[in-house]
Amino acid sequence: MSQFETVIGLEVHAQLKTDSKIFCGCSTQYGAPPNTNICPVCTGQPGVLPVLNRKAVSFLVTTGLALGCSINPRSLFARKQYFYPDLPKNYQISQYELPLAERGCVDIVVAGETKRIRVHRIHLEEDAGKLLHAIGARTLDYSLVDLNRTGVPLMEIVSEPDLRSPEEAVAYLTKLKSILEYLGVSDCDMEEGKFRCDANVSIRPVGQKELGTKAEIKNMNSFSGVRDAIAYEVERQKNIIASGGKIVQETRLWNADTKESHSMRSKEEAHDYRYFPDPDLVPIELDERYLDSLRKELPELPEARCARLVGVLGLSAYDAGVITAEKALADYYEEALKTAGGEPHGKTTTPDAAETSAAKMLANWTITELIGRLNTAGKTIVQSPVVPQHLGRLVFLVRTGALSGKMGKTVIEEMFISGRPPEEIIKEKGLVQISDETAIGKLCDEALTESPKAIEEYKAGKERALGALVGLVMKKSKGQANPAAVNKILKEKLS
Amino acid sequence: MNEILGLSAAELAKKIRGKELSSAEVTAAFLDHTTACEPGIHAFVTRLAEDALQQAAVVDGKIKRGESVGALAGVPIAVKDNIMVAGARTTCSSKILENYIAPYDAHIITRLRAADAVFVGKTNLDEFAMGSSTENSAFGVTRNPWNREYIPGGSSGGSAAAVAARMAPLAIGSDTGGSIRQPAACCGVVGFKPTYGRVSRYGLVAFASSLDQIGPFSTTVEDTALLLSAIAGHDAGDSTSVNAPVPDYQAGLSRSIKGLKIGLPKEYFIAGVDREVDTAVKNAIEVFRKLGAEVREISLPHTAYAVAVYYILAPSEASANLARYDGVKYGFRAACDNLLEEYENTRGEGFGGEVKRRIMLGTYALSSGYYDAYYGKAQKVRTLVKQDFDRAFAEVDLIVTPTAPTTAFKIGEKSADPLQMYLSDIFTISCNLAGIPGISMPCGFSGNGLPIGMQMMAAPFAEETILRAGYQYQQQTAWHTKRPPLS
Repeated sequence: MSQFETVIGLEVHAQLKTDSKIFCGCSTQYGAPPNTNICPVCTGQPGVLPVLNRKAVSFLVTTGLALGCSINPRSLFARKQYFYPDLPKNYQISQYELPLAERGCVDIVVAGETKRIRVHRIHLEEDAGKLLHAIGARTLDYSLVDLNRTGVPLMEIVSEPDLRSPEEAVAYLTKLKSILEYLGVSDCDMEEGKFRCDANVSIRPVGQKELGTKAEIKNMNSFSGVRDAIAYEVERQKNIIASGGKIVQETRLWNADTKESHSMRSKEEAHDYRYFPDPDLVPIELDERYLDSLRKELPELPEARCARLVGVLGLSAYDAGVITAEKALADYYEEALKTAGGEPHGKTTTPDAAETSAAKMLANWTITELIGRLNTAGKTIVQSPVVPQHLGRLVFLVRTGALSGKMGKTVIEEMFISGRPPEEIIKEKGLVQISDETAIGKLCDEALTESPKAIEEYKAGKERALGALVGLVMKKSKGQANPAAVNKILKEKLS
Repeated sequence: MNEILGLSAAELAKKIRGKELSSAEVTAAFLDHTTACEPGIHAFVTRLAEDALQQAAVVDGKIKRGESVGALAGVPIAVKDNIMVAGARTTCSSKILENYIAPYDAHIITRLRAADAVFVGKTNLDEFAMGSSTENSAFGVTRNPWNREYIPGGSSGGSAAAVAARMAPLAIGSDTGGSIRQPAACCGVVGFKPTYGRVSRYGLVAFASSLDQIGPFSTTVEDTALLLSAIAGHDAGDSTSVNAPVPDYQAGLSRSIKGLKIGLPKEYFIAGVDREVDTAVKNAIEVFRKLGAEVREISLPHTAYAVAVYYILAPSEASANLARYDGVKYGFRAACDNLLEEYENTRGEGFGGEVKRRIMLGTYALSSGYYDAYYGKAQKVRTLVKQDFDRAFAEVDLIVTPTAPTTAFKIGEKSADPLQMYLSDIFTISCNLAGIPGISMPCGFSGNGLPIGMQMMAAPFAEETILRAGYQYQQQTAWHTKRPPLS
């Protein structure tokens, strides 16, 4: 059997973070009681007309610019027609010919290699409402319609079929999500349905140019769901071909519980959406001045920020990559840096050695101590009980020797539980580090008197014996002595 | 007839403001007259008598207290039942919206409220404004006040009949392919379709969004100017509404039309036009000539394609606009066991035959594989039709034609033949395709006593030209003062 290549194209729907809906003044707030964020326009009453939300256009254009797209100077809204109870007009105002943005790209890194994924188009449209088929555990023999989400602005980002594995698909989504968060155009919350993804998956013999017959996979609610669903689909298609079958073009629904997909509709049953330009909306015309003003406001994107953390602050590429992958985390880190003493001072923009070491140490503490705990607790960085100023101050105390690393870990443990500032915990637990050489010298003398054997062994060249002595001094100081100072003083006394 | 009923809206407004008449007595006079003659005409789907008397009392109170009032203070007005008046039933003469209560005011209703007009009722129409006779109403036909065996035209037949029968001095209609002008011609009143974008469509139940436009009915051109001034202007709630200043339409009426260039398109004076209609319009043109207008023949070469283009574009847009009537959110819902049945039964039972015919036409024209040949091609021809007018208006100020090739036809005469019915709009459709303003005004009667209408069209936003010519014409003629014999 010949080798197969997987070909994946993704359609991402991201809700735009506007305060009001795309064609009316209703709030976009998530989680409001059913059918409270509604009006005649978004419920499709007779006679109503849509009025375009400018903010939604600027968010989409900003995204297009950030992804290197061409922005069409003139673009059109179209009606996409199909009947469903969550779509009050039974057509969705979307874009068909002349979308706002076309031909961009997203660079992803997979297995250490950078790969460019082309973006086919980005268009603006309205979200549909939601159907409820159950109340709590009780399944209904009818459906309830909640139109709060109807008319929330959505952008659909359609990739070219450039992705070759489930891992690449996840890398693309991760990067896209990160960019949208950096741009501040979408909350990208998958659980709240603010970031959704459909995948077009096909396989073809390696070397073949033409695309194989694709299946469209829907209903994937997490990145791992996307990975599993695509992997499942690739296997399914390979098995069909291996058993002499033919792939049929269809839409399949992923079931996250059973980790299987099932056919929703075949090509024959596919909708004819009968797109045509919406006569209720005039073409969107964008001039260069408008585009320039948005270009000027483009924020620093993940790649640039990562490069800055490496180049200016001296972080390792790995640490900088982890910290900048998510905008909220990078913001947290840079906020904490101010109190950790890692920000360049005065007029210079290049940090000195102390500042570089603070930056590195903070990165280390953020990644190993904070993120680890957040992951265990199932919390995001925004929900962190430890505020960035507190983490920064803790790292400052450790770096300047006021606290040992070990003490620091005890303190952050407590900070994570109570959210209290480090100083309060240190005081309460009596955790101040002893760096005073006289005091440490006294403890060293006591230890040396008590362990003549260790002295002998050390003098005989057994380095390990020094460790035992340091341990003893630390024990005597109740862990508060500065280990580096203890080491140094013991060595002096033994020489 | 009560003498109040003989007064124009402008005269009524003046007398009410001058406390010569109260809005209460004016409104009551029209309401009483309506009660008397409505059974034989059936112009209204819903009468709003109680509300009207309340509004009248409010206006009278304002005037009594010396508060400032709007231009239409206390003047009764009838509104086509495809325009939202908050709290009133709005049916579009369709079973599918039989019990639909408007949850908001159309933009023009907000303006008319600000002008202190009094709403006397919602008038009958062809279902969803689809038709030329008002026979396609789920709530019964409207009869022509001049002869009840005849149709009043359509789709705004209720509004035209209400004004002709003096059940209201003013009415509002909507015009997608002639739905104001053709019934105005049939009923012997003035009906005006403004430039597309001149009047907000917000709250007008959409039939074909790129063609629909709201406009006035009255007996005099002066009243049309008065009502148009009240409803015209930009509305941020309608993206297709044009933000251009609204002139004082009444102010320019008395200016002479000496030197005005009038074009007669040869494609509109053809063999198919009824001889009496042709003669009446040509007589009207003589009046303009005597008033100093220069008349010349012009050509609008794509006229022959207008009906075909219209019957692709209008149903296409309608097929999407009417998709929302599905029984899920409001309106009629048929018995059903599942979602598909819900859609099929509700729409199958809720819509009338003509509406279903047009939904099918439009759905077909927009289908994958047919779009380019139908919708795409029709859009291109629409541009050609528009260019015909652009060229014409580079030469002339006004185009004069018959409004319809014949006077009103008998009820039932064309019901079985939709194509014949469609052809009654042959002279009015181009105006909508081009988005230009057009009026129909009475210019004579046929031998059997039915009114004849003359259509005048002008360049976009040249409403003033039409109104001035129409006003000057009415100063020289008496057709607009004729009233149908009513009990």
